[in-house]
Amino acid sequence: LVFTEEDKYGLYSNLLFKYFLAEGIVCGHELFVASAKEHPDNILKELPAPLLDDSYRKDLGDEAAAVKSEDFQDSMKIAWRYQNLPKMEVSPTTYTKFGHYYDVSKKMSPELCQSVKWHSFYLHEELSFEPKMKAWNMNSGYARLLQSIQRIIAQEGFDGSDPQKKPRNVLRIGIESLGSVLWGDDVCCSDAPEDAQSLTKFLYVLRGLLRKSLSACIITVPAHLIQNKAIMERVTNLSDVVVGLESFIGSERETNPLYKDYHGLVHVHQIPRLNSLICDVSDTKDLAFRLKRKQFTIERLHLPPDLSDTVSRARKQELAAPAKLLSAGCGAVALGKKHLDF
Amino acid sequence: QGKFTLLRDTRTDGSFLVHHFLSFYLRAGCKVCFVALLQSFSHYNIVAQKLGVSLAAAKERGQLVFLEGLKSCLDLLFGEEEQPGQPSPLQFLSTSDLRALFDFVRLSLTPADGDSWKGPVLLVDDLSVLLSLGAAPVAVLDFIHYCRVSVCCQLKGNIVVLVHSNEDSEDEENELVVNSLCHHSDLILWAQGLATGFCKDVHGQIKIIKRLSLRQAAEQDLVQIYQYKIQDRNVTFFAPGLSAAVL
Repeated sequence: LVFTEEDKYGLYSNLLFKYFLAEGIVCGHELFVASAKEHPDNILKELPAPLLDDSYRKDLGDEAAAVKSEDFQDSMKIAWRYQNLPKMEVSPTTYTKFGHYYDVSKKMSPELCQSVKWHSFYLHEELSFEPKMKAWNMNSGYARLLQSIQRIIAQEGFDGSDPQKKPRNVLRIGIESLGSVLWGDDVCCSDAPEDAQSLTKFLYVLRGLLRKSLSACIITVPAHLIQNKAIMERVTNLSDVVVGLESFIGSERETNPLYKDYHGLVHVHQIPRLNSLICDVSDTKDLAFRLKRKQFTIERLHLPPDLSDTVSRARKQELAAPAKLLSAGCGAVALGKKHLDF
Repeated sequence: QGKFTLLRDTRTDGSFLVHHFLSFYLRAGCKVCFVALLQSFSHYNIVAQKLGVSLAAAKERGQLVFLEGLKSCLDLLFGEEEQPGQPSPLQFLSTSDLRALFDFVRLSLTPADGDSWKGPVLLVDDLSVLLSLGAAPVAVLDFIHYCRVSVCCQLKGNIVVLVHSNEDSEDEENELVVNSLCHHSDLILWAQGLATGFCKDVHGQIKIIKRLSLRQAAEQDLVQIYQYKIQDRNVTFFAPGLSAAVL
């Protein structure tokens, strides 16, 4: 159960959500998309196109090959300690067995979309709830969603109930903007919500469904709107993976020169510890993401080189310019080659 | 015998302690009732096998009574109508009443004829989930109290319970339950993430508090602190600052 905390304007978490679904299509998994905000048909039309190795290699051409061979021949002379560190693979030319790469600027072709079976759940189109669900003591939107998921799992045989069924496949479930007002839950509006346990109960039952079947699920939640932090703590306990996306749009970090290459930070709050005593903890915990025209990448956060001379010189010039503008009115002040001399 | 052990974790995952106690009591030949609310049976089974115990075999010979919370809640919500007289232990999902759960525990640990197990043990993983599922904190404390009377006093067994807590946590209900349990525990094993942040070689620190003051008025609690590193089949403990990476 992958729990994603949305960034403030929902841009990047939406992208991550689409990546998850697109990966499902490319791998041939079945999809289940649920949303209260946007109709799932529209979501599916907007998935990024996969980058297949040959087309990408053609784009780069010989240039990449030449660069690579150069790299290998040079051995580091000054920073030789770094030689033994693994090279950071930035361009996806090498085919990795796990996962695919996507081109964000292109949409996935409709034929590819139609090649897998998918189910949708759009809250506002669903029928009113059945009386049996009243006993659940849960928000009706969530209850309906759970019923729908359980029905699909049972019907399509993801829980292994029908051994004669066609070769076993994986169901990828994507739920967008859970907990927002559109689902009928006021957990995002007030500090003491009426039914604080609907969300956690929903997650618990969903977890049960996921454990019992061959499925994986990603949920995005507008966590910045949830004022009751106790709920976020409980939700973290109930999820396997919790990832938070913090975008720099509109915050003071946007202009911070430390973060100038990136569009936001990735906070990994929890990783799964399943079937073993230990979990796969990576070396670094500082991750940042950036959205280039064609690619969305998540990398280790590394600071730009601190070339102090140029930085301070640039600063001085920046400071000088407004000062010049001010003083120009008072008379002729010559401050440097760049500025006009009156 | 008759001891209440509280497993507590802060900023880290203390479930390795649960796995340890499970395999420890099973190997000792005790009858164990495991209320596993957070993970599936196969998860515990796979880890227990690494630690040298087979849960499936224990279940078969009647030594282990396993309540798989995730599966039971699905049966409750999506299954057919329940038979009268046999309420599901997870009934509190709809009624916020933990009595059915307590009855389940009591029934499974009451020795049947022909049982030759030493001492019953109740293991709960984890109690904080009950709050997320609609139980009130007072109800949870009542449940634990009833279990103590029944398991520790009447049946002379042990109870081991895992809870999560956080410093400056905003979850007041959870903190209430945890603090109250701390006061009534005989032994507290508190796994904490390192205050200085994440480290590859030392996964955390464990504080062992033996509450001698509970039994004897004049005694002071005994506190021991060790650091630990979790490996695939084992957890190594060492004195603070003496991890293998440093030496």
